[in-house]
Amino acid sequence: MVDFIVGHFNYWVIITLMMTGLYVIISTGNLVKKLVGLGVFQTSVFQLYITLSKVAGGRPPIFDKLPGYGTETKYGAAVDPLLGVIYSNPLPHVLILTAIVVGVSTLAVGLALVVRIREAYGSIEGDDIDEAEYKIEIASS
Amino acid sequence: MGLDVSFDIFIVIDLIIMSMLLVVGIALVRLNNLFAVVMLYGVYSLLAAIWFVSLDAVDVAFTEAAVGAGISTVLMLGAMLLTSREAKPTPALRRWLSLGVVGVTGMALFYATFDMPNFGDANSPANSYVGLQYMYDTITEVGVPNVVTAILASYRAFDTFGEVVVVLTAGLGVMLILGIGTTRTRDGESPQSGDETTQSAPPVTTVLATENHHIVLQVVAKILIPIIVLYALYVQFHGDYGPGGGFQAGVIFASAVILYSLIFGMDETRRAIPAKVVQFGTALGVLIFGGLGLVTIAMGGKFLDYDVLTAADPILGQHVGILIIEVGVLVTVASVMLSIYYGFAGRYRELKDQDW
Repeated sequence: MVDFIVGHFNYWVIITLMMTGLYVIISTGNLVKKLVGLGVFQTSVFQLYITLSKVAGGRPPIFDKLPGYGTETKYGAAVDPLLGVIYSNPLPHVLILTAIVVGVSTLAVGLALVVRIREAYGSIEGDDIDEAEYKIEIASS
Repeated sequence: MGLDVSFDIFIVIDLIIMSMLLVVGIALVRLNNLFAVVMLYGVYSLLAAIWFVSLDAVDVAFTEAAVGAGISTVLMLGAMLLTSREAKPTPALRRWLSLGVVGVTGMALFYATFDMPNFGDANSPANSYVGLQYMYDTITEVGVPNVVTAILASYRAFDTFGEVVVVLTAGLGVMLILGIGTTRTRDGESPQSGDETTQSAPPVTTVLATENHHIVLQVVAKILIPIIVLYALYVQFHGDYGPGGGFQAGVIFASAVILYSLIFGMDETRRAIPAKVVQFGTALGVLIFGGLGLVTIAMGGKFLDYDVLTAADPILGQHVGILIIEVGVLVTVASVMLSIYYGFAGRYRELKDQDW
């Protein structure tokens, strides 16, 4: 039972954080705060991937030295680099590393849109923008 | 389950950092002051980065620390300054409705975790197949000690190329929406915020008034900025052997320039790195990356198959290929981050110290 709780605790915290982000996105009308909520949601997805990549007793997936590193022997010698050492899974790391940079780029596009919305409507609250939009429609009809 | 001792201590650390993340997350929901929200988001990112280190994801932690706690906090602060400082409180009905939706979704996800493998399970599906294969083959096929770099720049280079193009596209998007900051607004398109600044000369691009104060900051920054740039280059070229690579180095380089502009003002920064150079750089990096792919095709290999680059020694070809595409990544990421920052900074009204 303790094993089960310890083994799943991370998932539960991650889901709670994910729901925290989702709550902010749904509930608040403020566009900047909505984007912060989106960021929290996004980070929780990253955490889910990284938690899956952990191997008990593992090390970062960087070899101490290559076979023949620093000596005259060439790469690809018949040495098993994994012998006796546990490494964590590198693949989720790669996926998330690039996702973080793409995440900040898309966040920037979102913020740029928010800035333009503020310039056009004078507000970044969802209700006020709806109201301003409504007034424009009334005026044009 | 036979968890060894070191893993036990590790679990305690994991519990502590996870709890801290939870506290910061809840605080984010409760606050309405946007300045506090944005700063807490920076704290949240930094905590997440520490947590990534404790889970062996050193490359990810590096990126998260540079991006989450650095660039995205600066961008959010910028957007906040251009919009408003306070969020309106949510009406009670909407609060309870959202809580209901979130509660139901959370319960469904919570139920799904019962099927998930235990934390740290070496035999879980995610850790069994392709990840293990990369660990075995990297030494003989790529010959780079950092397996994350080997996968990123060689095995999945096409994927990374896609990511770089996405970054470029986002940079273009911001440039199209906000401009790159050379002119603030076009004629007759003044902001409707009712400021008195609209009729007098608009293109004030200084972020902070910097004439005769912030002396301490200026002196410290002059010492720090070269070191930050040097560090970015170290991260770039040491990425094969330790944590790091083009993505991290690009972001670190951009944050050095942003630090410079925060202290010495946008006009000085534009003189040091003109907007045209930045614009050119965004495309140049993608060109280097994709160009190398075409070169490998021309030399008889597949797209981004570095083995053919040097005829005698495929491993050397891999090293050369990784080095070149990492440079491409660095140029595009750094330029896009800077062009985004220029776009935001070009829209500031002059900001005085007492405004803070």
